[in-house]
Amino acid sequence: MSDFFAMGGYGAYVWSAYAVFGVVLLADALAPLWQRRRVLRGLAARLQREAARNILPGSGA
Amino acid sequence: MMKKKSAMNPLTLWFHKLGSPPTFYRVGGRMQPWLYAIALIAGAIGLYGGLVVAPADYQQGESFRMIYVHVPCAWMSLFVYAFMAANGFIALVWRIKLSETLAMASAPVGAAFTFITLVSGSLWGKPMWGTWWTWDARLTSELVLLFLYLGVIGLYHAIEDTRQAARAAAFLALVGVVNLPIVHYSVVWWNTLHQGTTVSLMGQSHITGNMLWPLLTMAFATHVYFFASLLARSRAALLELESGKDWVRQIALATAQNEAPAHV
Repeated sequence: MSDFFAMGGYGAYVWSAYAVFGVVLLADALAPLWQRRRVLRGLAARLQREAARNILPGSGA
Repeated sequence: MMKKKSAMNPLTLWFHKLGSPPTFYRVGGRMQPWLYAIALIAGAIGLYGGLVVAPADYQQGESFRMIYVHVPCAWMSLFVYAFMAANGFIALVWRIKLSETLAMASAPVGAAFTFITLVSGSLWGKPMWGTWWTWDARLTSELVLLFLYLGVIGLYHAIEDTRQAARAAAFLALVGVVNLPIVHYSVVWWNTLHQGTTVSLMGQSHITGNMLWPLLTMAFATHVYFFASLLARSRAALLELESGKDWVRQIALATAQNEAPAHV
């Protein structure tokens, strides 16, 4: 098993390359989830503010 | 009196419908989890094949296993650029909004693949060539490719009006297409440190079967991953671009209700 991780002495290079691959693509996969959440939350908050302004009496709207 | 022939046949009609943001959002949402799942499974099989099944290279020993991240990502860096430029072309000529979105959504994914290619190549170059970096044709043109991606992303975010921004960035992407054949043929045109092509679509591949199938599986996985990520990014971008439209408002309200049901 330790042979497998040693990669014939090239372990540091091989595993770093695989780690970069994994980390960069993970970040790439998460980015649209964050954008989606940010957009939908912002919009929902705005819609709720607008709704509250329209319902409350004497708000001057 | 003759019946008027419909202007669109069913296929064109379907294509036209898919081009409308709400339909694309809905249909894409159904495909997205499948694409992620296929990419993940194929990637796991490919990595197992590359790290465990494939024999060590007779010249490079175990270090050659970096090929399974380096080469698929390098292929993707070119493929994604071509995809981005093709959509940029459609956006410029026919002014199709979805194509603008697809072109701009593919840029960060392509930049990610190019970045992985450069870093994994550097990690491979150190033990094999004795240097992290050299200004040779293949490496330099791949670095230019990264700058082109970053330029497209930067230009898109620098201009206030998103549609104008997308068209300007699409134009830059089209100009940068010149770089694609340079990257591809650099190992042929110039005498470089970088090795020549190992796998060829036409003609002989210089690699044995147990080394080859994990590489092709990784190539398949990264392609599918690109389309999954592209869908996720363009769908999120459509929500932002169309946030004034009714269909997005409904999604926002439905999501808000699901997230905070109790203490409203």
